[in-house]
Amino acid sequence: MARRAGGGNDIQWCFSQVKGAVDDDVAEADIISTVEFNHSGELLATGDKGGRVVIFQQEQENKIQSHSRGEYNVYSTFQSHEPEFDYLKSLEIEEKINKIRWLPQKNAAQFLLSTNDKTIKLWKISERDKRPEGYNLKEEDGRYRDPTTVTTLRVPVFRPMDLMVEASPRRIFANAHTYHINSISINSDYETYLSADDLRINLWHLEITDRSFNIVDIKPANMEELTEVITAAEFHPNSCNTFVYSSSKGTIRLCDMRASALCDRHSKLFEEPEDPSNRSFFSEIISSISDVKFSHSGRYMMTRDYLSVKIWDLNMENRPVETYQVHEYLRSKLCSLYENDCIFDKFECCWNGSDRTDREVSWAA
Amino acid sequence: MLSKGLKRKREEEEEKEPLAVDAWWLDPGHASVAQAAPAVASSSLFDLSVLKLHHSLQQSEPDLRHLVLVVNTLRRIQASMAPAAALPPVPSPPAAPSVADNLLASSDAALSASMASLLEDLSHIEGLSQAPQPLADEAPPGRSIGGAAPSLGALDLLGPATGCLLDDGLEGLFEDIDTSMYDNELWAPASEGLKPGPEDGPGKEEAPELDEAELDYLMDVLVGTQALERPPGPGR
Repeated sequence: MARRAGGGNDIQWCFSQVKGAVDDDVAEADIISTVEFNHSGELLATGDKGGRVVIFQQEQENKIQSHSRGEYNVYSTFQSHEPEFDYLKSLEIEEKINKIRWLPQKNAAQFLLSTNDKTIKLWKISERDKRPEGYNLKEEDGRYRDPTTVTTLRVPVFRPMDLMVEASPRRIFANAHTYHINSISINSDYETYLSADDLRINLWHLEITDRSFNIVDIKPANMEELTEVITAAEFHPNSCNTFVYSSSKGTIRLCDMRASALCDRHSKLFEEPEDPSNRSFFSEIISSISDVKFSHSGRYMMTRDYLSVKIWDLNMENRPVETYQVHEYLRSKLCSLYENDCIFDKFECCWNGSDRTDREVSWAA
Repeated sequence: MLSKGLKRKREEEEEKEPLAVDAWWLDPGHASVAQAAPAVASSSLFDLSVLKLHHSLQQSEPDLRHLVLVVNTLRRIQASMAPAAALPPVPSPPAAPSVADNLLASSDAALSASMASLLEDLSHIEGLSQAPQPLADEAPPGRSIGGAAPSLGALDLLGPATGCLLDDGLEGLFEDIDTSMYDNELWAPASEGLKPGPEDGPGKEEAPELDEAELDYLMDVLVGTQALERPPGPGR
């Protein structure tokens, strides 16, 4: 049943903050390709086409006021991926960041996974606001002292310094994907994660970089039989054996890793039958799911296709429980959108903090 | 190398070549506009889709999702046009004149087979990455390319475009090579078609267009990838 988004006329949307250049002349490398909040919402990571990650941090002072949000300021910037060249295939591997996912915070440092088309990297972001001073063998500027001039000994002490945020790569997970990685998702066990490309999904352990397990493979023996690709994948927030993946045909498959090592047979298949009154040559293209997200409770999942957002109850496979038409006015323009390729644009979606059914939708083309 | 975090200067963007399509069919007043729920698509929509397919395949690394969606849409359009007795006289875009000509003559199987072989080339390229291939990639040896297409005139459907599509560098090299060799991790030197003999390997249906020296070089590269030692073949 279709319903207007956001509970009708009650919710007004506006920009609370705009970052970056507003002028038309934007460098290609600066185009943002992915955004992701961390679990607390204090940090916002953005990845761009140039392979950089910029992290914004919310101002601390205003956090206690629930009705007014603090501003976000740049916290850290680092080069995550560089362009690479695959000599065997004579192809350049783009440095564009496709996805960023934050790990749950366990100590003072923050960790995130960032990925381009082929390689996933684990980054540690740590703060340094103190430094040791008073070494015996080193001057303050770093030069070494002549040991013979040392007459007394002292214990170095930590003194405050300007905050420095350092990002360092801790793991590099490479060479496991033939096709372009479109999703990464961290498991609720906080030890493993999955990465998905067009035809395969791999399971990794965060500590092990030279090996991954293939858990889904939809590549047909004959490529001529290829009719469907994987578009997104996510682990269930509570069941560490369960994950879902969506396809270009508008289906979502739920898989249980306990069933078999290779989860080619789904446990559940979520698919809404095509509405005959809306049928067109472009039906399949607009049904292609571009994003899938579990609710925090794990009971529901949200999917985004070209024109709508659907909420599914995991207990019901044959249709969604709610459907929101996001830009229905485009339905009559599908031909033009097909001609200029805009019909292939992908959108993301996300739940708000409390999983309310009049959920907030954000999208980035 | 730039310092970390510095913005780069804007590089000149290559201009995307515009699709050479006569857009008259977008006119909502026109009879054969393919909007929501049309009975039969115009041949221009078909031509547009074929152009998109070509354009997609011409990329050095085609977007698989885009490709699959275009192919499926093309199949749908073609299926709806097949029963049509006559098409309205539409001007075909100059880039694919043979498509409209062959439209009525070709079967759906031919279209599938031609797309199949194009998708096959894609898999040749993809299959040669250094990524460890899962065993699910193994295909029975001796499987010939193009599947069991009833008519090998399949490639005619895309006409001369096929030639220019595939003769760039690596793609042309792989056109005639059986995929099964490269997907199979347990490949052994005794596998068919790998002995550097003067005759073609079994299972190849078309006369190889590539140089035998190139084929040998290619074999050696693959052997190196599979970490198997082989003596160099006899020179030709």
